[in-house]
Amino acid sequence: MALTAVPKKRALPGTLGGPGKPGRAGKTGKSGNPGKRSLPYVLIAPAGLLMLGFIAYPMLSVLYYSLQHYNVTKPWRNGYAGLENFREIFFEDPLFWQTLAFSAKWVVVEVGLQLVFGLALALIVNQTFVGRGIARALVFSPWAVSGVLTTTIWILLYNPSTGLSRYLADAGIGEYGTSVLSDTGTVFWAAVLAELWRGVPFFAILILADLQSISKDLYEAASVDGASRFRQFWHITLPHLKDAIILSTLLRAVWEFNNVDLLYTLTGGGPAGVTTTLPLYVANTGIEGHDFGYASALTTVAFVILLFCSILYLRLSKFGGDDK
Amino acid sequence: MTAALAEKSPGAPAPARNATPPRARGTARRRGLDDGPPRWQIYLPLGIYLLFTLIPFYWMLLFALRPSGSTSLVPWPVTTEHFEKVWNERNFGTYFLNSTQVGIASMVMTMLVALAGGYALARFRFRLKNAFMLALLCSQFIPGALMLVPLFETFRNLQLINSMWSVIIAETVFQLPLSMILISGFIKNVPESLEEAAWVDGCSRLRAFLAIVLPMLRPGLIAVGSFAFVHSWNHFLFALMFLSSQDKQTIPVGLNTLIGADSVDLGALAAGGVVAAVPVVIIFAFIQKWLITGFSAGAVKG
Repeated sequence: MALTAVPKKRALPGTLGGPGKPGRAGKTGKSGNPGKRSLPYVLIAPAGLLMLGFIAYPMLSVLYYSLQHYNVTKPWRNGYAGLENFREIFFEDPLFWQTLAFSAKWVVVEVGLQLVFGLALALIVNQTFVGRGIARALVFSPWAVSGVLTTTIWILLYNPSTGLSRYLADAGIGEYGTSVLSDTGTVFWAAVLAELWRGVPFFAILILADLQSISKDLYEAASVDGASRFRQFWHITLPHLKDAIILSTLLRAVWEFNNVDLLYTLTGGGPAGVTTTLPLYVANTGIEGHDFGYASALTTVAFVILLFCSILYLRLSKFGGDDK
Repeated sequence: MTAALAEKSPGAPAPARNATPPRARGTARRRGLDDGPPRWQIYLPLGIYLLFTLIPFYWMLLFALRPSGSTSLVPWPVTTEHFEKVWNERNFGTYFLNSTQVGIASMVMTMLVALAGGYALARFRFRLKNAFMLALLCSQFIPGALMLVPLFETFRNLQLINSMWSVIIAETVFQLPLSMILISGFIKNVPESLEEAAWVDGCSRLRAFLAIVLPMLRPGLIAVGSFAFVHSWNHFLFALMFLSSQDKQTIPVGLNTLIGADSVDLGALAAGGVVAAVPVVIIFAFIQKWLITGFSAGAVKG
């Protein structure tokens, strides 16, 4: 889902912009091509119907249920609720605020670190050096790994009796028998590290794809003029990457907000609920607690918050501002 | 010379545009000018990062291959006890088949639907096009986890809960937008004049597409298809929430039951992890060289 982080950018002449489009202006399906006017509609129909049925309809049903009491375990209460659910969320539900705060902390820390390390990694593997192909394949490999597999691997590493800490303790670093996943103080950073392992390569791939489109001539001209490498990075690389960084950061933020696989399996939202994100809370309420009405209201609130943050972010960062 | 080497190795996507010609590189290095940072500034951070990347993988292999109770850091002698255990006793044989089924079905559906839609977006102008493109982009900002509850309701109404189709459809729907955007980008890269020439020769639109455009899309399609497969192979929540009977579960859910077990059997867990990783690693090794080019092409055209 989050893989759409395909930054929009200008097609450089002579690069992947492809062939100049032959005079297509005014050409439609009817203009002498074999094919009927209805053909494009027939072609997008399957995609359109799937998205209507399984994205648009469920979204609308969320809006509907958010105004209802709808709890399978308390059927006597079911019926129209008005804004009752929302009042409860904002004024009576400390769990909502707690999970929202954790979500915010998780997204900011995770995306910030991924951006820094991903950018550094992309800059490194964009250089020409011996073994670059293999190095790229290796450092990008965790990207293909799923949330649960990431959890599996890190549970093996974090295991207090046979994990990495035991061997480190043997070598005189740290102490025996600490379980980073059951300690409320360390569990956050343990989860952050595991997610970084998988997330940094993704960021790096997106940034690298964009780095490849910077003309080498710019750097040559700059170094003829005596600009240091740092100045070249600051004045050529970063401005060029701006849009890609803004967009991939936003998509990663949505993805990390939405990242339930890893936290659900690694910490189960615990210990004592300290790593429960808002989406995890929604899933627990709706599917395990059978309270669809309240879960729908929570979903609506989460969606509005996400939408608001996304728009604010795009405004503040002036996305694509100096482009057109 | 390094540039030439990198070009041959499988991992370097389309380096030609970027790589400095070997001749210029050699002289630049001799002069010690601004042709990239000194070597240690590449290899040192890269080495550290490689350790961070590879130690976890090694750890999983270590636990999967060494006998239980061993504390050796080298998996020797190698044992297959953990694999036999997860495959036979822990039902991973069934999970593997189920995951393959879900992965292939959602891959095929995604590719067919996205190919049709992508072709329409690339080659036609029609009234709903902008609205449709907008919907595609917007759907990217809808978090899948928030869709769990409404999707559960929808599938329950359709009586698809505990049917593989619920997972297959859900995976397909969430793969579609990206796949369609990428595929329409690839199609735009195929010159329209080739197709027009075939029409003049009397081909139908469908035949022209199958004979001319489709073969040129092969690398892009392989990348998009592998993406879809890997994604549904890995995805956990839909299977966990929509499938209730154990014999329908997929590998990630199987792994989770191993994690959740009261006394975690680390050897079995690691072996299960390896079983889950193998198809993904094979596919990844295979599509890796198209990954970055695919992203750039999709980006320019998207």
